[in-house]
Amino acid sequence: MTQKLVIIGAGMASGRVIEHLVETDPDAFDITLFNAEPRGNYNRIMLSPVLSGEKTYADIVTHDDDWYVAHGVTCRFGEAVTRIDRDAKVVEGANGPVPYDKLVIATGSAPFIIPVEGKDLPGVITYRDLDDTNAMIEAADAGGKAVVIGGGLLGLEAAAGLAERGMDVTVLHLMGHLMERQLDEAAGYLLRRDLEKRGITIRTQASTVAILGEDRVEGVLLEDNTGLEADLVVMAVGIRPETRLATDAALDVGRGISVSAQMQTSDPDIFAVGECIEFDGHLFGLVAPLYDQAKVLAQSLLDDGAAFVVKDTATKLKVTGCDLFSAGDFAEAPGREDIVLRDPGRGIYKRLVIEDDRLVGAVMYGDTADGNWFFGMIKDGTDISEMRETLIFGPAYQGGDTADPLSAVAVLPPDAEICGCNGVCKGTIVDAIAGGATDLGGVRAATKASASCGTCTGLVEQLLQVTLGDAFEAPAVQPICGCCELTHEDVRRLIKSRELKSQAAVWQELGWTTPNGCHVCRPAVNFYLLADWPLEYRDDPQSRFVNERKHANIQKDGTFSVVPRMWGGITNPTELRAIADAADKYNVPTVKVTGGQRIDLLGVRGEDLPFIWADLNKAGLVSGHAYSKGLRTVKTCVGTDHCRFGTQDSTGLGIKLEQVLWGSWTPHKVKLGVSGCPRNCAEATCKDVGIVCVDSGYQVGVAGAAGMDVKETERLCDVVTEAEAIDVTIAFVQLYRENAKYLDRPYKWVAKVGLDWVKERVVNDLDERARLIAAFELSQSIYRRDPWAEHARRAQAFQPMADLSLEAAE
Amino acid sequence: MSWIDIGPVGDIPLRGARKVRTAMGCVAVFRTGENQVFAATDTCPHRGGPLSEGIVHGTGVTCPLHNWVFDLQTGQARGEDAAITTFPVQVRDGRILIDGAKLAARSAA
Ligand code: SRM
Ligand SMILES: Cc1cc2nc3c(=O)[nH]c(=O)nc-3n(C[C@H](O)[C@H](O)[C@H](O)COP(=O)(O)OP(=O)(O)OC[C@H]3O[C@@H](n4cnc5c(N)ncnc54)[C@H](O)[C@@H]3O)c2cc1C
Ligand code: SF4
Ligand code: FES
Repeated sequence: MTQKLVIIGAGMASGRVIEHLVETDPDAFDITLFNAEPRGNYNRIMLSPVLSGEKTYADIVTHDDDWYVAHGVTCRFGEAVTRIDRDAKVVEGANGPVPYDKLVIATGSAPFIIPVEGKDLPGVITYRDLDDTNAMIEAADAGGKAVVIGGGLLGLEAAAGLAERGMDVTVLHLMGHLMERQLDEAAGYLLRRDLEKRGITIRTQASTVAILGEDRVEGVLLEDNTGLEADLVVMAVGIRPETRLATDAALDVGRGISVSAQMQTSDPDIFAVGECIEFDGHLFGLVAPLYDQAKVLAQSLLDDGAAFVVKDTATKLKVTGCDLFSAGDFAEAPGREDIVLRDPGRGIYKRLVIEDDRLVGAVMYGDTADGNWFFGMIKDGTDISEMRETLIFGPAYQGGDTADPLSAVAVLPPDAEICGCNGVCKGTIVDAIAGGATDLGGVRAATKASASCGTCTGLVEQLLQVTLGDAFEAPAVQPICGCCELTHEDVRRLIKSRELKSQAAVWQELGWTTPNGCHVCRPAVNFYLLADWPLEYRDDPQSRFVNERKHANIQKDGTFSVVPRMWGGITNPTELRAIADAADKYNVPTVKVTGGQRIDLLGVRGEDLPFIWADLNKAGLVSGHAYSKGLRTVKTCVGTDHCRFGTQDSTGLGIKLEQVLWGSWTPHKVKLGVSGCPRNCAEATCKDVGIVCVDSGYQVGVAGAAGMDVKETERLCDVVTEAEAIDVTIAFVQLYRENAKYLDRPYKWVAKVGLDWVKERVVNDLDERARLIAAFELSQSIYRRDPWAEHARRAQAFQPMADLSLEAAE
Repeated sequence: MSWIDIGPVGDIPLRGARKVRTAMGCVAVFRTGENQVFAATDTCPHRGGPLSEGIVHGTGVTCPLHNWVFDLQTGQARGEDAAITTFPVQVRDGRILIDGAKLAARSAA
């Protein structure tokens, strides 16, 4: 008979319970799920990548609306349960009571708030859910200073995310070193050093006595009377189990809701699971044990005896570039012995703690590849006396093999844990692979390995490689977006090979699941089509991001910026006068010299764009494409025209290059530089293409970067004549247009295909070079024209389509 | 309801949008790939981005500033606890009509 099951809290623990229930016996329960948050279950531990901008909320949803519908779960999201009436067997929510036969409390925990003055000021945020994360993202958008109170896992992930978003971040930590519960002092020091390298300020032994501010937070006061300015304060000092409902209902509650090994509370019809419970004196703060609990609870609910046992857990920090691992007990004690390995050059520290010939703890920093191997030994109590001498060098050394990156994984025993979050061991994964899971997605679906925090993704891929050998196709790559299952590379290939020449053809033939794509795939597909079929396909403005559709950069207040082209950085009094007149006429609030040798008029109203362009056109000025994935600037120095060191006409070459390349669309923006001699005043050696003039000719470098990454160009070739320098540049740009993934700058693309592959086509194979140049010219016969001039003629399209100010005001 | 003519449907490209100025700020009028027309406030509840400048896909629009996605049929933001106000519109004889009463109600509010 179907029983009524009510679950309070749609978090990571109860999400697993429901999965087990619907998998094992979908008809056993009629489930009602309450959640105080206005949404269902998402992967809470991935909030940190959302904060840092590596992922979006959509990426971390584990159960979407369709899933709940498909499994018949009645959702009461955005509705907190206020009371449990045990006599009537009813729970009460804002929208009315719900009766239960069995009840599960899965309310997680609540952030601990230190009871200091000012703790309730606006601008003080805890870190627990999506709303907190969004509040931090919004605060970070405004810039300024952030103070994070708490140097544990959560605090540091918050600090790294906020720093990534450009805030000036200080972490206050009460103890002597960071993450003292998981790290020893040495590892804590290395972590601190790496965080400081990212510009994060760390203060240890810092005790907060007050949060200052009138209407919102302005600063933090420390015990030693230091005052710190703060526009945002994040409190991440710990959590406490959310037990209020249980306490009010008079269930047995210690620090958490007391449960038996079957997850049963003191009321036989009420169960509890997750961070809100206390079991055998233990509280829980990581997902691995919660998943075990979830399994046990599902079995208890289905009357299938199972018992929860507490296991050791291992900790990792999800901050890119800070690799740490900690497991077991590493406190010093009589009878314990340490084995330590330090490599200061590479910033590596490893410490193993041994007691009675068994490994009892491990702390590692900088190189954590062997973490799971050690963790396995801790859990199994393996006798290590035989390998004591070499233990710290890890599993690869034990076999006496060379340091092959895969051999470490290969020698792991079948019961070595790979995925800490979900407690999946090597044997389970190998079985899943044998059972047909031949890629990451398959392994995830079959075992849940790497489906939570994702830090073991690399290990799972290595296992696939070890197990399948050549049959494993290199790391599974991401589809473009949720609209299709294909990668960028696949879509590019299929557009060419199947001669797909319209977006509709791509959507249809390649199995898009949405009617017409989304804001992620549409711009990419639009570019691929126009790059491959310049005559047959026309650029679709509706698939362009606003800047490219409007031919101007949108500003945060909805106005636009206008940057006219200045060929090779050269201008003259007429152009300058036209710019000055336009600035006057259209009340341009800011006129700025850009980093790309031209002038930016910022703050132009959208309605005025066609008119300001028309005025600029009259003086011969055209669009500078400061908004496009296309040719931006060709930066030059004065070269032989004026400079006493100049070897060739760098300004002239720059202008010629800009005149050939302008107007073309490319996978990402393209910037060039031409310097007249190796003193390199035009910074050519960090451009997408950079040419350095020398006495013997021209050194053509490609794949430089000076934006989010900084990288020197690599030498494509040395050529003697200016004409040849222009030819190889065009051929390179066209090869990039034909092959790169949308939004890969040239340096990223070259890193994937290899410089030799590029050289072969652009430098060595003269037929291919000629073909590339011809293909580029063909495309330019359509796109080498001023979009401003064209749009200025359609000024109407830039105005509101109607003005109802009068009507609506009546 | 009091229908006001705001112009020919062809003034908005397929999968595109235009704005209409009203006393209480701009309203965005969208035309989907399937030729349905929707209207909603032009101002994104996140940070005020102009939704009429966003990419229109299916029956949704993506805000140009930080990529929030709104369902034009309901106004609900995907994955966010936010929504935009939608306004009744209809197309008659190739012209778009918007409900003036709802607009006025909004300006009175
Ligand atoms: C105006 C300008 C800043 C200035 O005042 O000098 C500027 C402004 C913007 N840059 Fe830039 N960049 C400007 C020179 C640079 C430079 C320096 C240079 O060109 O020599 C760089 C480093 C070199 C490079 O390109 O990598 C630069 C690296 C970036 C990046 C990082 C690109 C990367 O691959 O790492 C972005 C983000 C992006 O494109 O995704 C960016 C994006 C932007 C955007 C378009 C941000 C946006 O999407 O809204 C800014 C538009 C502001 C606006 O509202 O108009 N801007 N930007 C410069 C315009 C130059 C020009 O005349 O066209
Ligand atoms: C930023 C962050 C990073 C983390 N990183 C890691 C990590 O790397 N590794 C790891 O193992 N763990 C990590 N964790 C911890 C992990 O997320 C938690 O252990 C796990 O989410 C707890 O699951 P739960 O189901 O017990 O509670 P939760 O997932 O918190 O779910 C509880 C739900 O119950 C709801 N609720 C509470 N009271 C009521 C009520 N009265 N009525 C209705 N609903 C209610 C809450 O709104 C919440 O949605 C991290 C946590 C955070 C916040
Ligand atoms: S790069 Fe050389 S030629 Fe050009 S300005 Fe500098 S010193 Fe002169
Ligand atoms: S303003 Fe619309 S998403 Fe930010």
